[in-house]
Amino acid sequence: MTLLLIALLLMLAGGLAALAAGRSAWSARLGAGGAVTGGLAGLAAALRVLLGGTPESVRLPWSVPYGSFHLHLDALSAFFLIPLFLLAALAAVYGIGYMRKAAHGRNQGPSWFYYNLLTVSMAVVLVAHNGVLFLTAWETMSLASFFLVTFEHEEPRVRAAGWMYLVATHLGTAFLVAMFLWLGHYAGSLDFDTFASALAAAPPAAAGGLFLLAVIGFGTKAGFMPLHVWLPEAHPAAPSHVSALMSGVMIKTGIYGIVRALTFLGALPAWCGGLLLAIGVVSGVLGVLFALAQHDLKRLLAYHSVENIGIIALGLGVGLLGRAGGLPAVAVLGFAGALFHVLNHALFKGLLFLGAGAVAQAAGTRELDRLGGLLKRMPWTGLTFLIGAAAIAGLPPLNGFASELLVYVGGFRSLLQPVPRLVLAGAAVVGALALIGGLAAACFAKAFGIMFLGEPRHADSAGAMEVGWTQRIPMAMLAGGCILAGLLAPWIIRGLTPVLRQLLPATAPEAISGAVRAASALERIAVTGVGVLLTIVIATLALVRRRLLADRPVTVAGTWDCGYARPSPRMQYTASSFAQPLLDNFHALLRSRRGGTPPAGIFPAPSSFHSSTPDSGQRYLFNPLFARLAGLLGRFRWLQHGRVHLYVLYIAVTLLALLLWKLGGS
Amino acid sequence: MRLLALLQPLLALLFAPLLPGVINRTKAFFAGRRGPPLLQAYYDLGKLLRKGAVYSRTTTWLFRAGPLVTLAALGVALLLTPLGRLPAPLAFEGDLILFAYLLGLGRFCTVLAALDTGSSFEGMGASREMQFAAFAEPALLLGLAALALRGGGWSLSSLLSGLTEGLPGGGPALVAAAVLIVFLAENARLPVDDPNTHLELTMIHEVMVLDHGGVDFAFVQYGAALKLWILGALVVGIVLPLPPGSWGLRAAVSVAGLLGLAVVVGVIESCLARLRLLRVPQLLVGAGALAVLALLVALR
Repeated sequence: MTLLLIALLLMLAGGLAALAAGRSAWSARLGAGGAVTGGLAGLAAALRVLLGGTPESVRLPWSVPYGSFHLHLDALSAFFLIPLFLLAALAAVYGIGYMRKAAHGRNQGPSWFYYNLLTVSMAVVLVAHNGVLFLTAWETMSLASFFLVTFEHEEPRVRAAGWMYLVATHLGTAFLVAMFLWLGHYAGSLDFDTFASALAAAPPAAAGGLFLLAVIGFGTKAGFMPLHVWLPEAHPAAPSHVSALMSGVMIKTGIYGIVRALTFLGALPAWCGGLLLAIGVVSGVLGVLFALAQHDLKRLLAYHSVENIGIIALGLGVGLLGRAGGLPAVAVLGFAGALFHVLNHALFKGLLFLGAGAVAQAAGTRELDRLGGLLKRMPWTGLTFLIGAAAIAGLPPLNGFASELLVYVGGFRSLLQPVPRLVLAGAAVVGALALIGGLAAACFAKAFGIMFLGEPRHADSAGAMEVGWTQRIPMAMLAGGCILAGLLAPWIIRGLTPVLRQLLPATAPEAISGAVRAASALERIAVTGVGVLLTIVIATLALVRRRLLADRPVTVAGTWDCGYARPSPRMQYTASSFAQPLLDNFHALLRSRRGGTPPAGIFPAPSSFHSSTPDSGQRYLFNPLFARLAGLLGRFRWLQHGRVHLYVLYIAVTLLALLLWKLGGS
Repeated sequence: MRLLALLQPLLALLFAPLLPGVINRTKAFFAGRRGPPLLQAYYDLGKLLRKGAVYSRTTTWLFRAGPLVTLAALGVALLLTPLGRLPAPLAFEGDLILFAYLLGLGRFCTVLAALDTGSSFEGMGASREMQFAAFAEPALLLGLAALALRGGGWSLSSLLSGLTEGLPGGGPALVAAAVLIVFLAENARLPVDDPNTHLELTMIHEVMVLDHGGVDFAFVQYGAALKLWILGALVVGIVLPLPPGSWGLRAAVSVAGLLGLAVVVGVIESCLARLRLLRVPQLLVGAGALAVLALLVALR
């Protein structure tokens, strides 16, 4: 625990020093230095607990009613801390080079301060063991990320995104406050230790109600559909290394919250698993569909976060159904798949956001249809982005496949149970994952293929240059992480055993380790084995081709365009045209807007076409809802007229009323 | 038995290029032509392997890696593929997911190699391929899930070898129809894609590999033949009962079944016109619906 505290202090100190350094070049060095050293120390602390297995705890004096500064580092917290510290350190290194260009000579100090504060507050969220402390850290995390999102606040679009994020996150927090108050009502304390035993005595309906509050409150942060609306706005607005941290780790604190709630809510009924499963199907399928419809690279990636959160929710749902049905094999597969996907998503989504930042800086735009041919100009970014794209599309033998495979197998296991509920759930998981997999592959074939392949579609990308080393190395390390997490999957699954024991307290430890061994054996053959085999076959084929071509003419010519003599880059397929036929099938869900002037007549004048796909959740759910609310609340506007003496009167009257109430009560 | 199963991928590697030959001969018969020799695909491969290479100056290393990765992914998928109802050399619970995703890996690389050329025609083919695959994948996996519901193990091999009774009825017949549609779509056959068309605008698979030549194109063509064999073996496994007897006899029956399937494909291609591109997703969703129906029948 001391090591973890040292790590957090190092980060805080780095952040404060960066703030003090202000405009000097030292602010980036100090800020990133604090994040990297703190991140390494924190990684060591988390790994020690996860591998050693003994939870550590510390209570510091804190005089807040119902609050205690109780930090508790167990296997579950340690597992979530690993991607946090890893990505925070790597994204900070990337941030040095990125901010030098993005800040335009502006003071970077506050940005680094909030970056480190965000990392520290996320770490405290993950280890807090008291409701008040948890909510304090949660709020700090939300505010720090708000200030990071609004870094380029002179742009109205960024301000709007930040505002939306602030409202969304506070609405979510309101549900969490309600949840903790309700829990405290039963337990008489807000310490996490007391919840489990207190809920055992509470009415069974309470656990279900608390679970619903947790799903709404934490789901807003995680980005469950339709609570995700802030995500595609806030992630593109933030600087890229912050987007990587927010999308890779911060939204996972929502998943952590739900998983933590599962440990003390006791034996939840099966409908809770069904609810998570339904959320997973909706978030996964709609997330990837909206991603396909986007033209802006970072918006596309943000929607993919919704999709991946959906896959995690599918895994949690399968796990919960297995737990409720007394099927440890199903429960272990579901939970292990979900947790493993949390780690994997941090790796590849962090990588992809960093790559997106590199492209945006090099080419000056994030519009897919203006990019092209970047693989030749940015070979490092291109190769690492390709690995990230293949990983997120779930292609073997990378890490995305390794975790999705577990959820799939959990779905199949559930399908084969003689319980109709489980059969239905299993079929939903298999069908949804298959659809998501195909659509995600299409989306990343589009994103990578249009950005990096072919010829530049616009002058911006023709002049693009590779980014510097501080930005390349973190991307290369994350890409290596995607490959390694796939090949080492059998051992990573074994490392999850203590976490799974926490999630399945009613299951015999032998049953859990048996199921973990089976899952590990599956990964060994389906991911590690296949990875090695694929490499050997590809290398052999490459050698054969090299041998065959050794003494033959290998020439270079233009692309064959079916006899057309003057092909130009403008004739290439674009991202919009690539996705349009697929999206037309889902028009009922997406409701894309189209406009422009079609060509007309025998000698058509210049014509144009444009399309946009605003978020359905925002358009059809939240905008009408908030408009209605604004109308209702507008009736109270007569209370607000900006005269200070009247506000003082309100305060005095309220205090008087409270005093009278208190007197009458006693 | 296990050792003999290792011979099955070998059979596939040897005889897969025979399938397009059989299809083309059948189509020639229906059209009243003599048609190309049965072994034409082998001659083509031999000729292509003796050629040099021409690469577009737009392309990168990815264009050259595409055919290698695609062929390698199909080669590994071959190890998981049962030959009809004969178990594959490599079988474990969960292999059918790996199987589907290895095909996906091959497709992803083909599509990226196509986009690497910067040609609008190849972009068109790439877009269509990904679109149809997104609909075909759920149909395939749900169909196999329906077979898994019949009990026994649920590796690809045990699913098929578990179908002990004769010709399928009820659920398996529905699955067979669904997998047949997936087979036709994934292999770019009529009514989804016309391999004989000369108009690049309407092609799917062929247009994506326009720029490949020489050794690379040999890999692409050989991969296409292997894919025909791999998915065909699933169809044959669902439909064709195996006689009791030695491995040799059963393998011969399965290979004969595959050749028979090639004849059926030839007949389908001679009798059907290509669907409009807008209709293809409906066909594939129809395959998915058949798979769901099979699930419901199996639950009964």
